[in-house]
Amino acid sequence: MPNYPTHLIACHECDLLQREIELPLGGEAHCPRCGAMLYRSSSGTLDNTLAFALAAALLLVIANAYPLLGIDIQGNTNATHLFGAVRYLWNHEMHLLSLLVGVTTMIIPALEIAMMLYILLPLRLSIIPAGTPFILRTLHSIKPWGMIEVFMLGILVSLVKLKDDATIIPGVALWSFGGLTLMLAAVASSFNPRDVWHKIGTASSREQQHD
Amino acid sequence: MINLGVTAAEQGLYSCHVCGLLSKCHQTGLSGFCPRCGTRLHLRKNDSMIRCWAFLISAYILYIPANLLTIMETGSLFKHRKDTIMSGVVHLWQTGFEGIAAIVFIASIMVPLFKLFVLTLLLVSVQRRSTWLIRQRTWLYRVVELVGRWSMLDIYVVTILAAVVQIQSLATVTAGPGAIAFGAVVVLTMFSALYFDPRLIWDPLQKKRTT
Repeated sequence: MPNYPTHLIACHECDLLQREIELPLGGEAHCPRCGAMLYRSSSGTLDNTLAFALAAALLLVIANAYPLLGIDIQGNTNATHLFGAVRYLWNHEMHLLSLLVGVTTMIIPALEIAMMLYILLPLRLSIIPAGTPFILRTLHSIKPWGMIEVFMLGILVSLVKLKDDATIIPGVALWSFGGLTLMLAAVASSFNPRDVWHKIGTASSREQQHD
Repeated sequence: MINLGVTAAEQGLYSCHVCGLLSKCHQTGLSGFCPRCGTRLHLRKNDSMIRCWAFLISAYILYIPANLLTIMETGSLFKHRKDTIMSGVVHLWQTGFEGIAAIVFIASIMVPLFKLFVLTLLLVSVQRRSTWLIRQRTWLYRVVELVGRWSMLDIYVVTILAAVVQIQSLATVTAGPGAIAFGAVVVLTMFSALYFDPRLIWDPLQKKRTT
């Protein structure tokens, strides 16, 4: 016997106890009292999620390997990578700012994608990789700090600010960041950690039955 | 026997904030660990109020230099200007970029102010054990969590411009000390919102019913 009641959940926003129900494909369950979304059924298959995550990984590499944008003012040019921008702040005594930008636009998104692939690739082969609970827990806690989509808007605003005073030379990374923003959104909407938790849950209760 | 229509906490059930599993806590002491994912369990987030207040008050203090100090310095052959957040928005508006000015105004001025105001309202009302507009306050909390990250916009714009506009003697852009203070406000209010436990909004309702 598992030591927890099955098919009951508590709303994470108002703590109301309620019975879990089956959802149609793409459906969402909301709390009747506070309206919070309790859970949803997966909108895509594991294959979809894996494809989006692989595309995101590829785009992340390109986005960091190539220049973001360059400018040309009367024949003088200058271009920068994302890492170049972070390093520039660091070299100009803006350490905190440099860390903030580096963590939210490079480190967290890279970690997020790497962890997703670490879980998704074995799952595709019906294996639950070692340390999955730890990985899912970490993903949950770093999620608010990955800000690629905000950075993308930042790029657009910068382009507008520059366009009167300089000729802009768009870099390869500019397009990659656009694609990365879309892919990360697609991963987030098709990946459902709840399915993985259910797989883990059944695995551990199977062990308990064998005991 | 578990009754529906009550909260998990009333039944002594712990709801895991990472994987959503409900469990009874067998360990003695204040908290145990989730049997499925190993997250430390709490009926309510630990010291939620005190941590929220601490981050919120720090954010209020830094909000002053964030708005008064220079966030970006622009220099060229003909002009030299120092911009605070507000003067940057005004400058954008005056140079004919009304749309972008509106986006930056929302992200950099409206959103931080809204967050500070809503978090204060939530903390004060929870402390007074208010049952006033519970659903609406829960909704406000959701909005704060959702929009908080977009305030990073200006930080990214300054980073990109400072790195790319480095053409000796023709045009240079540097980040000012206001940017650090502003980044700190964004991070501090995000932490404050993360530590806030929305279930505290609903708790007075349960207590009222049982007495």
